[in-house]
Amino acid sequence: MKKQSNMRRLFSFVMRCYKWNFVIVFVCIALSSVISLAASLFTRSLIDDHISPMLAEGADLAAGYSALGIALVKLGAVLLVGVICGYLHNLLMIFVGHGTMLRLRKSIFSHMESLPLRYFDSNSHGDIMSVYTNDVDTLRQVISSSIPNLVQSVVTIVATLVSMLVLSLPLTLITLVMALGIFRVTTSLGKLSKKYFVQRQKNLGRVNGFIEEMVSGQKVVKAYCREDKSGEEFELLNEDLRRSVYNANRIGNIIMPINHNISHFGYVAISLAGALIVLGGYSQWYFLGLNGSVLTLGTLVSFLTLQRNFTRPVQQISNEINSIVMASAGADRLFALLDEEPEEDEGRVVLVNVTSSEVPVPELREVSGRTGEWAWKSPDGSLKKLEGLLELDTVDFGYVPEKQVLDDITLTAYPGQKIAFVGGTGAGKTTITNLINRFYEIQSGSIRYDGIPVSEIAKESLRRSLGTVLQETRLFSGSVLDNIRYGRLDATDDECRSAARSVYADAFIRRLPNGYDTILDADGGNLSQGERQLLSIARAAVADPPVLILDEATSSIDTRTEKLIQQGIESLMRGRTSFIIAHRLSTVQNSDYICVLDHGRIIERGKHAELLDQKGKYYELYTGNQIV
Amino acid sequence: MLGTILRQTGRYTPAAILTPVWTSLEVVMGILLPYVTASIIDKGINAADVPAIWHYGGQLVILACFGMVFGILAGRFASYSSSGLAANLRTAMYANIRRFSFSDIDKYSTAGLVTRMTTDVASVQNAFQTLLRTSFRAPLNMVSALVMCFFINARLSIIFLVAMLVLSVFLTVLITRAARLYREIFKKYDDLNGVVQENVSAIRVVKAYARENHEISKFDKAALSLYTLNVKAESLMALNHPVMNLTVNACIIAISWWGAHYVVDGSLTTGQLTSLFSYITTILGSLMMLSMVFVQLTRSIASAQRIAEVIEEEPDMSNPENPLSEVADGSIDFDHVWFSYSPGGDYALEDIDLHIRAGETIGVIGGTGSGKSSLANLIPRFYDVSEGSVRVGGVDVREYDMRALRDKVAMVLQNNVLFSGTVADNLRWGREDATLEECREACRQACADEFVEAMPQGYDTIIDQGGANVSGGQRQRLCIARALIKHPKVLILDDSTSAVDTATDAAIRRTFAESLQGATKIIISQRILSIKDADRIVVMDNGRVNGFDTHENLLKNNGIYKEIYAMQTSGGEADFDGGEGRAA
Repeated sequence: MKKQSNMRRLFSFVMRCYKWNFVIVFVCIALSSVISLAASLFTRSLIDDHISPMLAEGADLAAGYSALGIALVKLGAVLLVGVICGYLHNLLMIFVGHGTMLRLRKSIFSHMESLPLRYFDSNSHGDIMSVYTNDVDTLRQVISSSIPNLVQSVVTIVATLVSMLVLSLPLTLITLVMALGIFRVTTSLGKLSKKYFVQRQKNLGRVNGFIEEMVSGQKVVKAYCREDKSGEEFELLNEDLRRSVYNANRIGNIIMPINHNISHFGYVAISLAGALIVLGGYSQWYFLGLNGSVLTLGTLVSFLTLQRNFTRPVQQISNEINSIVMASAGADRLFALLDEEPEEDEGRVVLVNVTSSEVPVPELREVSGRTGEWAWKSPDGSLKKLEGLLELDTVDFGYVPEKQVLDDITLTAYPGQKIAFVGGTGAGKTTITNLINRFYEIQSGSIRYDGIPVSEIAKESLRRSLGTVLQETRLFSGSVLDNIRYGRLDATDDECRSAARSVYADAFIRRLPNGYDTILDADGGNLSQGERQLLSIARAAVADPPVLILDEATSSIDTRTEKLIQQGIESLMRGRTSFIIAHRLSTVQNSDYICVLDHGRIIERGKHAELLDQKGKYYELYTGNQIV
Repeated sequence: MLGTILRQTGRYTPAAILTPVWTSLEVVMGILLPYVTASIIDKGINAADVPAIWHYGGQLVILACFGMVFGILAGRFASYSSSGLAANLRTAMYANIRRFSFSDIDKYSTAGLVTRMTTDVASVQNAFQTLLRTSFRAPLNMVSALVMCFFINARLSIIFLVAMLVLSVFLTVLITRAARLYREIFKKYDDLNGVVQENVSAIRVVKAYARENHEISKFDKAALSLYTLNVKAESLMALNHPVMNLTVNACIIAISWWGAHYVVDGSLTTGQLTSLFSYITTILGSLMMLSMVFVQLTRSIASAQRIAEVIEEEPDMSNPENPLSEVADGSIDFDHVWFSYSPGGDYALEDIDLHIRAGETIGVIGGTGSGKSSLANLIPRFYDVSEGSVRVGGVDVREYDMRALRDKVAMVLQNNVLFSGTVADNLRWGREDATLEECREACRQACADEFVEAMPQGYDTIIDQGGANVSGGQRQRLCIARALIKHPKVLILDDSTSAVDTATDAAIRRTFAESLQGATKIIISQRILSIKDADRIVVMDNGRVNGFDTHENLLKNNGIYKEIYAMQTSGGEADFDGGEGRAA
């Protein structure tokens, strides 16, 4: 039930977008059907109206030929119209099919971008990808061929059926029974093939997953000489896939020959029945045609021609129904993604660039260019200078309701302060920063930014004000320069280069084959973890944000380079509120404030020296691991 | 290229050959049927002869039954051989991918290989099936119809020949142009999928920089250019239909005109003229079918090329003629090694000359990008040197059987991965027949035993794809254990304990010293603590060896080492990641 409604949603989406295209396509289909019917009648008129008269004794050949010439020109014109209609219909459907696909892709992608992180945490990346790669394309085929085919078949069926009814009622009944047979055979075979089709998709998914895992872990496969073993495992999956593909296609392939030959049985049945009726001299009312005509041998022959025309569209309709059923799974997945709730963003306060003047009175003025000064703009238009004051008040949070990750976190970061989080894996360090930039929503308590609850700030503005360097370094395909510019899209090449210099990424970048123009792919190619981290930091540097969050930003950078970039980072942090997560003591010890986290709670807080004096967990960590 | 693909039919070749046979038989039945139906009409109905209808009707039913059987057989054989071809193509591709060297792997993206093995294979499979089912049917239909036409009136049939000549020229031009477009389209598909893939996996970065709109416009651009190309290609292919129809219609008109003349002058009967028209329909149908096959083939040619590319890719590294399979000992020699990742590119390693004795513990330290990992990658021959040579056990690594070499040189990679399966499955990657006891022992040496045993199912706990359900430090320790199970002669740890806290790191090194005395151990690290107890330490700088000596000597006379040491010991170079798995 639900499946059909998704297909219906799709169809109504297409119809809405391309109403006029469809109107024209339908007209074209109708016209070309009529024209091809007319063309098939021409043979008869050629012989009866043109050739036979000329064969008669003393016929005027010249007049006959000129009449024939005119008829042929007329025919040519009509056929030309038919060809143009056919071409127009195909052309329009190309635009409809690919246009729909374009619209679908765009709306899925922009919707996906609006989804909360939770969605990406809980759905496999392969599944999300397959909506783009498989489902959209399957649906396009359904739209661009199934709809016109269905229309064409229905037009033909109706026209043929009417003609048949006019000729003979009982023979039409026989034809209908046969058509029903074809319909039943096709749909029941279709059902069977759907079973295999589902199996095929499942096996395809498994092969997909296997290849993905093995290819991305290929270096490990090589290092451990597992080539043969993984080959064997692959063969098992591959054979399963082959078998299900075979079964699904086999059934698809035999539908046509079966139906085709069923129609021959119908042909025999009708010839016999017709001949018996005619020769038996039955002319009761129920053996008549709709117009009350008695069946004659001549009409029987015509009826047989019609019967042959009737079976093809019936077959066509049942085939299209099958392909729609198969594609419905894709529509389900597609709409499931589109129906996913987007990230909530009810925030109305936005971040704007301002210039401030002290004289004559302290005043902020909104400007469009970059000024290095920001302010929060409320919906009522009032401006409030961005200071960088962040307050967490009794915050509780869990990624899943059953498991609390943060417990009663209260913390204030004053403008310009450098706050460090330390603690073991799973203590909740990263989670706190995830809440500040609202990747996830807190369960209770509140987070305020310059006194404004973060939920009232538009997400884009909030995140733009926070320069985040994440633990996982992700690069985008594009040049090194493009990757740095990701931090601020309007940054000039020089700004990007000087940002790279400030964090000591310049040296390694210039060693790359094409320096700053070296193209990186998503996997980061031959860059080491440390080099990727340097690029991520340069990205944050060029963004020049009022608040910084560095989550293990230098963990893979060697200590010597770290020491070098430390200056750059220090100058980056100067005057900005900064949050630092690190496991190296040297990185955190000159923070204004260190929070020691354990199992989601802040168990100690203070400056480095104070914490050492407390002789608590921090002291334990510090001294316990110190190199002496 | 097509040869490469078609050779892969393998054991499905007989079925592939039989398919056209069945289709041909089906076509023969189809050709016979009209004669029988004509007989039903002429001899049965028109002659008012009911027994004749029964007679020919019976024939018709028998022919139809045969037609059905042949049709079903053709369908089965077609799907059997095409699905077989697809399976063989996947096998062949995967077999070659497994031969790929590290630099070959760097060349293809994971997503690209997956697409080739799924979408491209499916496209070739469908094209192959269509080819088998129609390649004989359509020409057979067409040729028999043409023969009949010539039989009836050779002069008129020349019209058909001219028409077919025109059409084939047109189709050739059309298909060459479309094929080029389709190749471009596949590239655009890769781009589009690339954007999606990046966004799915790097969504945090996208959101952290509020770059949703930027990404959306990037995607829209990719989608639009794909749309434009698709529309261009299909509009081109859509010309196929009208041109074909126009030609056929021209034939009909021409035959009507000349045919009328011939009938009038008595060289043709009206009955024959009618038959000519019905043959036009047959020829038209076959042409349509053929052109549809051509369209599908055109699309799949691009796929076939992408598949052939993978199958034909010659791995740039192969075993020597008479490979050595015994590694004598764990000594390692770098003789003036120069190395670059791409020929002609900058050298990642320059003139490395190092000699390491079997059983030594060697530390490697140096800045980001100084060439530490490149150095290590050469020992198990993941890459070939550009100049100079690397010897293990006194023999050039290029003379070993790669498998034997890598079996004895265990390397724990920087970006290490675990595979879906149980903990024990993952450990047995090191050695398949390792007993549970050996797995436990390896874990104990890698300090992984405690947390593994604390897991709900111990060694039978399922690891998710990519090792998502273990922490970074746990993953690294499992990877070390996996390497230890091999009992290697050379063990290389490429920054493999970066996520392990210092105490555990120290404990791992202690067990190494005790239980891996015979093996050469190369430890690459950024932490001086991890390497300072090594027998000798290599200091890398800018692709060159800056120093190679003991900790004490380096402290005395190596500037870089002194600097690193000073920084890391000035207090608090320790880890706070103390929480998990500490050897308390």
